[in-house]
Amino acid sequence: MSALFKFHGGVHPPTHKTESTATPITRLPLPARLVVPFRQHAGDAAIPIVKPGDHVLKGQLIGEPQGFVSSAVHAPTSGVIEFIGPHPVAHPSGLPDICAVLIPDGKESWIEKVSVDYRNTPIAGLREHLRMAGIVGLGGAVFPSDIKLRPLRGHSIQNIEVLILNGAECEPYITCDDMLMRERAAEVVRGGEILRFMLGAGKVLIGIEDNKPEAIAAMRAAVQAEGLPFEVAEIPTLYPSGSAKQLIRVLTGREVPSGELPTDIGVQSFNVATAYSVARCFEQGEPMLSRIVTVTGNVTQPRNYEVLLGTPIADLLAHSEPKTDTRGYLMGGPMMGTPLPSTDVPLVKASNCFIAMSDALFPAPPATLPCIRCGRCADACPADLQPMDLYWFARAKDFGKTQSYHLFDCIECGACAYVCPSHIPLVQYYRFAKSEIRAREQDKLSADRARERHEYREFRMEREKREKEEKLRAKERAAQATKPAATGEVPTASDAAAEAQRKIQDALAQAKAQAAEAQPRNTENLTPEQLAEIAEIEARRARIRELAKSDVEAPKE
Amino acid sequence: MLAALLAMSAIAIVLGAVLGYSAIKFRVDGNPLADKIDAVLPQTQCGQCGYPGCRPYADAIANGEADINLCPPGGEEGIQKLAELLGVEPKPFGSDAQPKPKSVAFIDENTCIGCTLCIQACPVDAISGAAKQMHTIIAAECTGCELCLPPCPVDCISMLPLEENVANWKWKYPVYALRPSK
Amino acid sequence: MAAFFSPFLSKPDTVSRIMLQVLLALLPGIAMYVWYFGPAILVSISLASITALGTEALMLKLRDRPVAPFLKDHSALLTGWLLALSIPPLAPWWLVVVGTAFCIVVAKHLYGGLGNNLFNPAMVGFAVLIISFPAQMTQWISPHGLGQIELTFADQLRYMFLGILPPNVTLDAITMATPLDTLKTHLHLDEPIRQILDMPIYGRLAGQGSEMVSWGFLAGGLYLMARRIISWHIPLAYLGTIFAMAGIFHLADPAHYVTPLFHWFSGAAMLGAFFILTDPVSSPTTHHGKLIFAAGAGLITYLIRAFGGFPDGTAFATLLMNICVPLIVLYTQPKIFGRKGRKP
Ligand code: SF4
Ligand code: SF4
Ligand code: SF4
Repeated sequence: MSALFKFHGGVHPPTHKTESTATPITRLPLPARLVVPFRQHAGDAAIPIVKPGDHVLKGQLIGEPQGFVSSAVHAPTSGVIEFIGPHPVAHPSGLPDICAVLIPDGKESWIEKVSVDYRNTPIAGLREHLRMAGIVGLGGAVFPSDIKLRPLRGHSIQNIEVLILNGAECEPYITCDDMLMRERAAEVVRGGEILRFMLGAGKVLIGIEDNKPEAIAAMRAAVQAEGLPFEVAEIPTLYPSGSAKQLIRVLTGREVPSGELPTDIGVQSFNVATAYSVARCFEQGEPMLSRIVTVTGNVTQPRNYEVLLGTPIADLLAHSEPKTDTRGYLMGGPMMGTPLPSTDVPLVKASNCFIAMSDALFPAPPATLPCIRCGRCADACPADLQPMDLYWFARAKDFGKTQSYHLFDCIECGACAYVCPSHIPLVQYYRFAKSEIRAREQDKLSADRARERHEYREFRMEREKREKEEKLRAKERAAQATKPAATGEVPTASDAAAEAQRKIQDALAQAKAQAAEAQPRNTENLTPEQLAEIAEIEARRARIRELAKSDVEAPKE
Repeated sequence: MLAALLAMSAIAIVLGAVLGYSAIKFRVDGNPLADKIDAVLPQTQCGQCGYPGCRPYADAIANGEADINLCPPGGEEGIQKLAELLGVEPKPFGSDAQPKPKSVAFIDENTCIGCTLCIQACPVDAISGAAKQMHTIIAAECTGCELCLPPCPVDCISMLPLEENVANWKWKYPVYALRPSK
Repeated sequence: MAAFFSPFLSKPDTVSRIMLQVLLALLPGIAMYVWYFGPAILVSISLASITALGTEALMLKLRDRPVAPFLKDHSALLTGWLLALSIPPLAPWWLVVVGTAFCIVVAKHLYGGLGNNLFNPAMVGFAVLIISFPAQMTQWISPHGLGQIELTFADQLRYMFLGILPPNVTLDAITMATPLDTLKTHLHLDEPIRQILDMPIYGRLAGQGSEMVSWGFLAGGLYLMARRIISWHIPLAYLGTIFAMAGIFHLADPAHYVTPLFHWFSGAAMLGAFFILTDPVSSPTTHHGKLIFAAGAGLITYLIRAFGGFPDGTAFATLLMNICVPLIVLYTQPKIFGRKGRKP
């Protein structure tokens, strides 16, 4: 057993895990209707390749990845596509996104499943296979897995020494990874071996918090049964040890440098559920069609379900029988999750947990007080930030300052807001500041592009003007050149050269003139008002151009 | 007394010399202020400020000829940034210049007659199309300046406000009541 | 439900609970106070509490803030208590009221209320009082068993509210200089330390009675540390610096400089170390910053005690260091995750 390390801060919220681990994973029956969003992963949405009315098979590709960071989307069961278009999705904004509505035919007829012998396939082919199977990280970030297996930023992938399988699951209430490891440890371990093989990593560490002894035992047994040299590390329960960078620190003692990737220090990590889907993908030839999700909180039947992607959340929740005093639902855990905008949204790859809220379980917080600078947040922050300063600047919308206080190193774990005695919604401020900064960067980029395009256009117009003038001059010169010929002088050698030059110019000018003539001046059949308007615009443009010239040419000091 | 005076003048002379020297040594060519202002302007190139584009407006501000509240696309925040950059008080927009939500132009392709007038008007070459062929706006490059609207002889260009979607959605500023709800 | 943000779990701490713990931790010291100096201090504390809550409510109303949640945070109460504990117990009622009102109105609310005050409000009040009313601020009751006459509680009350002493009793008969003050006066007269410390006013470590009050505050402070209401940084650095400074001078010249323990257990050293300097709002947020802040305060306290014009220096040391807090915080930003061992 290798030594474990510590990270700064962390908190111990009540875990509430035992409620949902008493019953085994239940498979949800086929719902009457599935709504499959085309954006279930980080990056660009997949492009629909089916149309309404099409009959699709279970596992058939319906959305093709577009762009570098993207992933495929499949039909979770066989049936008929009813509609493709915007539908509310499980996003904190409650905004609709493009989805396919699929009416199952109940036959569950599969496409032809092809398993892959990963040891005898080029790695690049394996990555493409994962991309087309829609395999993304199931820990919450839903980042396409093929990209995490790619040599990036100038490293060769061989640099990876350690592969970490993340089974920490540190957020309260969530138990889907726990149940998966208890019940399907063998596949998880085999998926880990595939990932290890693809990375060429030497060592595999599986990190599980010590409040999941059953999962640890099951995983240890599976590792032994598969005869693999993996190490199952029992790590102390401390939120947020399941955050990738923190887990890497705990297991290896290495810190991912700020702004860099784990691969930069020779480590890569995957969630255990991702490893499970990788195994299903290569061994069974199944793309990602379902996931395990925890339904808990104020329900009579808290448990984990295996659910088809696209299942309406309302169907799922109904199976757990929410109690009558439920006043809303959370998606994700209570530390980092967000309120579910409506239950009429589908389950997606990122949905790991739904929690029914009641006033007793989740009492409304007392009134928010000003920050008293008590420093508890800084003591709890696993990124060693100074949350009260970040809050101060984010509240003042001083985004430059938030960045110099390392806002983007914040992992939004919520440890600070949890311990804050003034009950300030700190994380909400950070999310706000981050998305404002991102939007601004985007604006800046497009402004820069617009400036470039505008400058290029000015340059082009200038050039066209010059060419026109040159053409005029060439004509004049041509007229002059014909004169001496008429007086009968013998052309000299240099005159011959000039003549050749002139001919070229003439040809050019003619071509230009032809081009100009071909340009339709769409000015026939115009009403006088339109003519007047055009004249006015031309005048404005001329005036503006005049202004521009005087300004550029005679700058006043 | 005399010694103090002498010492102070000596210090003044030395400092003056240093300042003068560095002014020559570190002189920057061009007009960096105008560059900085231009960097803050939104580059919509719409001309609503009364100048033929953002750069001329930046030059005008740098020369002290133009006020800082003339650029509607920049919004209140643009004014704020300009005020900060120039070290002056921000001021509100005049009544004739009010910011609008950011939009992109859209050409009704059934009506377009392919006259190319809009292409000529577009300051950032965001309209593609050839003579007598239907034109389209490259939405990603359109700055929403509206300069292409008036020249169109058949009025087929309209401005569509940019809608919020899942990809460009932003987290909101947290709002909560100071008084707990009764 | 509208204003409900992650994390959704009910939070373990509230400002009000923290402040309540601090108030609780003051109780042992207050008990000692009552034991050795009579119950008059309870009257000052009550007066200060009422004034603090009243002015706090008034200021919140004027500033159009909700009154109830802020009153319930107990921070005004704490300010009042700390001020009452810093001034002589026999101080006339208006001194307590004026001082507390000044703390709350000027030092707290004019700076923006809870969380925004640059200075420790209680110490601002103390400084204003000692500068404006030096006579009243030096009327310390003699500890139990030392004064020529001991006033009954009724007499104390009558003096505090009406300024009337029982017949035949002079003020001098019931009050005496504090141990630190006495030390200073006698050192000025060039008396050797040993002889001074043999005076009846001195107990085992420092002043008779007042050393026991300091023990009380120390106990309360250790409780706060155990409950993690305060961190160890400020008390350790403050007391450590005083100890080191006093130690050096004492070793160099034992005839003129008292022992470090004397400094620890006299004046407001313990109260300052655990209750005043640790005020979160006006102290640095970073751990290194706390060490620097408290060490600076310790240094200034010692310098004022040993060489300055006032007998004790905790209040002024606190205020002086409060000014430096933003700068200290700026220069002690911790290395964040993933930047350790590299240039920031
Ligand atoms: S925990 Fe809350 S009150 Fe304390 S310093 Fe942090 S933000 Fe301020
Ligand atoms: S949410 Fe950000 S600032 Fe708060 S504790 Fe987590 S990492 Fe630190
Ligand atoms: S008004 Fe239009 S042209 Fe003028 S600076 Fe603003 S965006 Fe540029």
